[in-house]
Amino acid sequence: MEALKKPSVPTETEQEASQKARSFWYYAWRRFRRNKLAVTGLVVLTLIVLVTIFAAPLTKLTLGWGRDEFELTAIRAIPSARHPLGTDSVGRDILTRLLYGGQVSLTIAAVSVLSNMVIGTIIGSIAGYFGGLVDNLLMRLVDIITSLPFLPIALTLVAIFGPSVRNLIFAIILTGWPGPSRLVRGEFLSLRERDYVEAARATGAPARRIIFRHILPNAMPPLIVSATLGIAGIILAEAALSYLGFGVKVPTPSWGNLLSEANNIIVLTKMPWMWVPPGLMIFLTVLSVNFVGDGLRDAMDPRLKR
Amino acid sequence: MRQYILRRLLQMIPILIGVSILMFAVIKATPGDPFSYLAGPRVNKATIDRMKAAAGLDKPLPLQYVNWVKQTVQGNLGYSLRTGEEVTSLLKKRIPNTLILTMTAFVIGVGLAIPIGVISATRPYSLVDYTATTFAFMGISLPSFFTALVAIFFFAYTLRWVPPNQMTTPGEAFNIWDMLHHLILPAIVLGLREIAAFSRYTRASMMETMRQDYIRTARSKGVGERIVIYKHAFRNSLIPIVTLLGFSLPDLFGGAVIFETLFTWPGMGQLTVEAVNNRDFPLLMVTNMFFALLVVVGNLMADVLYVIVDPRIRYS
Repeated sequence: MEALKKPSVPTETEQEASQKARSFWYYAWRRFRRNKLAVTGLVVLTLIVLVTIFAAPLTKLTLGWGRDEFELTAIRAIPSARHPLGTDSVGRDILTRLLYGGQVSLTIAAVSVLSNMVIGTIIGSIAGYFGGLVDNLLMRLVDIITSLPFLPIALTLVAIFGPSVRNLIFAIILTGWPGPSRLVRGEFLSLRERDYVEAARATGAPARRIIFRHILPNAMPPLIVSATLGIAGIILAEAALSYLGFGVKVPTPSWGNLLSEANNIIVLTKMPWMWVPPGLMIFLTVLSVNFVGDGLRDAMDPRLKR
Repeated sequence: MRQYILRRLLQMIPILIGVSILMFAVIKATPGDPFSYLAGPRVNKATIDRMKAAAGLDKPLPLQYVNWVKQTVQGNLGYSLRTGEEVTSLLKKRIPNTLILTMTAFVIGVGLAIPIGVISATRPYSLVDYTATTFAFMGISLPSFFTALVAIFFFAYTLRWVPPNQMTTPGEAFNIWDMLHHLILPAIVLGLREIAAFSRYTRASMMETMRQDYIRTARSKGVGERIVIYKHAFRNSLIPIVTLLGFSLPDLFGGAVIFETLFTWPGMGQLTVEAVNNRDFPLLMVTNMFFALLVVVGNLMADVLYVIVDPRIRYS
């Protein structure tokens, strides 16, 4: 790609590096590292991921509460050393559930985004490489799916199949795959006309090799950016659905359903410590993801850089 | 031009048919049927079968679908399973309320976003620009229902400036000021996301336009900076923004689903959630089609507006 454009003020090391013709990813990472907001986002995000992954040992060692363990003598307790963020309406420790909730919210986001990318890449590649009738049919299907607004369709699926993590992921994938499909298809349409692809075809390279070796790697950068920003959207969607009671079901905690405590007017008005922390966790995570996504876009597409 | 719009209108039809087939299939995938559900276990099977036959539910699915389309285009949208109310009359009550909420949010959002974006772009990397950028990032990263909860907590319960929910004060005769008083909080919070998103788009688009040669030409001719910005740059930078306005419709109405539930605003979003809770499928089918129609109309508006504002684009 055009990633090898020289920076305006080449330093010694940069000149040296460009002589060695390092990989695109090397330069992308270097540009990314210079973006303070993106790096901060990545650090915060890594911390959040680590804390949620190790939720079980962390909470066991420090607070000693289990995920669904409740204390009947401490219902809606105010924050104390015993319960740093208080307890919920059944006496469960909120901080503990906050960490476990992150596990659920982030897993849903990761699984859905990965599936969307895989499905999107397959459909987009088929449509973009073969074109013609196949492309036409697939893109009309994409048009139809993208005309289904996410929340109403997710609510419908939940009404039919019941609220659960699995059905939530299913709803997100069902409405989510057209985005990356369109993107990959667009990349294919422009890349397959390039001279180097033409050259590969002239040398007799099979379709498989052209797709996987010559086109897909070049379609990856925009896909990675859109996947990253897609994670932000999915975390917000999961939270909204679970908050409304149509997503992750208690006792399994998620950042969204922890916020449903705020449906109680007394909790909402008098006990902000119960519902503000999960909201802030969602905010912090999504903000970090957005910073990382933005940084990735700048790093991977130097043409956009001012 | 007229032909272009007409052709785009015709293109909507296959998409809407596709959407309705998909929705129909999904809803028909429901285990059990509404009549056994409504009648309960005591009613014998023959009676239920008779009721189903009367409603045409014993026919094969494709035929049921065709019947549904026939009835729908004649304006017969069926009855709510739960309340027995005619769906058409429900829509008549609910759609205006949703439009009031979303359109106010839209006007507030875009009305604030465009000036913010222009100011950011004319003073890039200044304190104003950084502040606007920070707020925009926060705006798109906050879960909207959380923002709404904080706003209710703060403005409705702590400061008591506005009522926390409902569209009008219960038990009082309708008056416009009362409704505006109820409208202001949900509309502003719903508009926040639009402010964040559109101030970014406006900024990017303005920055892009300011780099064009004709801006340099205008400046070198000695045209005043104010005129360069507002006459030359701003008008041209609006072109991509206008397109995005159409695409923001689904987002706004999707947001309405959450906001109407949170603020108990009696619109289409709340109706959808009620239909889901009651497993009221005839109603759900209609509300979903309503949202899908909005998306399709939003896309159409985006395309048509694009052609109108940009004479360089040929609508062939």
